[in-house]
This record gives sequence, structure tokens and C-alpha cells, in this order.
Amino acid sequence: MIYAELFSAFLVIGCLSFGGAYGAIPLIRDTVLRYGWIADDELSYMIAVSESTPGPIMVNLATYIGNTQAGFFGAFLATLAVVLPSFVVILVASSALKRYGGNKYLQSAMKGLKPCIAGIILAVGLQLSMKQCIDVRACLMTAILAGILFAVKISPVKFIVISAFLGVIANLVG
Amino acid sequence: MQGNLSLFADLFLTFAKIGLFTFGGGYAMISMIETYCVESKRWITHDEMMSVTVIAESTPGPIAINCATYVGHKKAGFAGAVIATLGIVFPSFIVILIVSEFLAGFMNITVIAQAFSGVKIAAGLLIIKAAVNMFVKMRRNNIQSAIILSSLALSLSVNASPALLMIISAIAGIFLFRGKK
Repeated sequence: MIYAELFSAFLVIGCLSFGGAYGAIPLIRDTVLRYGWIADDELSYMIAVSESTPGPIMVNLATYIGNTQAGFFGAFLATLAVVLPSFVVILVASSALKRYGGNKYLQSAMKGLKPCIAGIILAVGLQLSMKQCIDVRACLMTAILAGILFAVKISPVKFIVISAFLGVIANLVG
Repeated sequence: MQGNLSLFADLFLTFAKIGLFTFGGGYAMISMIETYCVESKRWITHDEMMSVTVIAESTPGPIAINCATYVGHKKAGFAGAVIATLGIVFPSFIVILIVSEFLAGFMNITVIAQAFSGVKIAAGLLIIKAAVNMFVKMRRNNIQSAIILSSLALSLSVNASPALLMIISAIAGIFLFRGKK
């Protein structure tokens, strides 16, 4: 049953999405590949589309994947599921705001969790980048874009626009 | 009731505005929320905003969702929390629905498909950059460096489940770092 699968999968993602905007991407990639919902190619450009449209990336991806797999109701359920855990946590935490921040178990868990998240985000970034490097042209584009991204301070949206132009130019050149 | 309704409408519209005009999510949203909720509407204080940000960092979910839920709950209880959260999600939900309806058709246009051949590469690189930024900002000891390397290695070599790695690391954190500064 696709609705139940979407809801439970995105509920798990919502529960484990620590570590900022990109924190959920490894979990989402693992999930969509396991269910065969979308492939790496589609995921890559949807991550870029999510960067260039309003709203948190994981919410955008939930809506997109839900809609492509099961239409409007699928989009609704996936989005609801991915938002639900953070909603519940804040309702529970706001009544115990101060005590919560001082919880030593939570803080020590975060000390283990943060480096793990950094590691798995890097792994996904490398995997998606290597998948795109299919021929000389693509590898050359990767090198040029990596040079721009790491040498200049640039916003993600501008970077994506530049990459789109580079894609068109590269196809014109050869 | 009249007062409640106008507060609900205000919460929904304010957070919908924040949701509509924030790109890339995350920390860009904090300054928008600060501007609207602290400075112009005075729904929460700057200190409360800081506390929510700290809580958001050690709880799951996008920070913007956490803030919307908190502000909505404070101003108008559970219903307020629901309305503010709906407000912040609503614009991106609609935008992505529209995008996903038209994307397949767009891809048949040659120039768009060519553009996306570059965009796909950009996405992977942005993820690498995000991870590198996390490394740079993270104050880490040897054990934490080992966690970074082993989660990277296990993901790349055996495609270890990210959820499993995260749960193991969190448990390891509790045992290894409990009581330490």
C-alpha cells in the first residue's frame, strides 16, 4: 500500500533528520533507492530544484516524491509525515524549554550524532557527484563547478543558475 | 472568537509569507522569522528565539518548522501551532506540486534538459560543500574524527544504512561523552 509506505518512510526520515538542511538527504536517498521510487539522477536535480524554490529541502523532497508516487494525496501524506516529528517535539519541548537544553543524555548523543551526519552527508555528496561523472565532458564540468564553489563565496541559488548555463554551453560546444 | 480568528489568520499569513520568500531553507529563515515574529509582531522575545534555535539544533526537523510550531503554540495553543506550521509549509507544498506536474514536460525541451545536465552536477557538489562546512565548524576530538571517518567509509564501501549509522553514533555518544564538557 503506497500511502502507508510513503507515510511511514517519511515519518522515519522526519524523526531522524538532524543536522540542518542537508541532514535528511542521506536518509531520503537511502529510502527512495530502497523502494525504487526515484533514481539518483532525478534525486540530484530535485535537490537542486528544492534549493531554488522556497521552503526546507526535506519538505520539498517529501512533497515531490509523494506526488510522483501517489498524486496529491501522496504528496499530502509524505509532507505531513516529514513535518510531524518536529511539530510534536516542539510541543513537548516548549513546556520544558530550559530543562530540555540541559539534558546531558541528549547533549552527549548529539556529540556522537553530529560527526556521523557530517560523514554520511559527505558520502552522499561524493556518490552523487561520481555518478554524474559519466564522460569527459561531465567530468570537466564537475571540475569547473567544484572550482567555482570552493574558490568563491557564492549562494546556492546563484551556483545552480551558473551550473544550468554551463550545462547549455557545454552542449553547444561539443 | 473574533479575536482568535484574526490571530489565526495573522499567524497563517505571516508564516506563509516567511515560507514563500525563504529559499534554501535553514538559517536563511531564522533572520526572516526574527524580523517578523520578534521585531514587527512582537510575538516572541529575542531570547525565546535563541532558545528555540538551540532546541531546534538538537531535535529533528527543519528549524523553520520548529520555530513556526513554537510561536503558534505560544500565541494560540495547539490550534495556533497547527495553523502556523501549516502556514510555513503551504507555499512550498504548492510550488513543488506545480513543479512536479510540469517537470516531465519541461525535460522534453532540449535546452532545459541541457541546463539540467549542469544542475545535477551542482547538486552533488553543494552536498559535498555542506559536509565540508560542517567539518570546518565542528569542534572535534579524536573520537569524533573517528566517527566521521568510519561513517564515511561504511557509507561508501558497504552502503550502510544512514539511519542505522546515526542510531549507533548517538548511542556511542551517550556512552563516550556523558559527563564530559
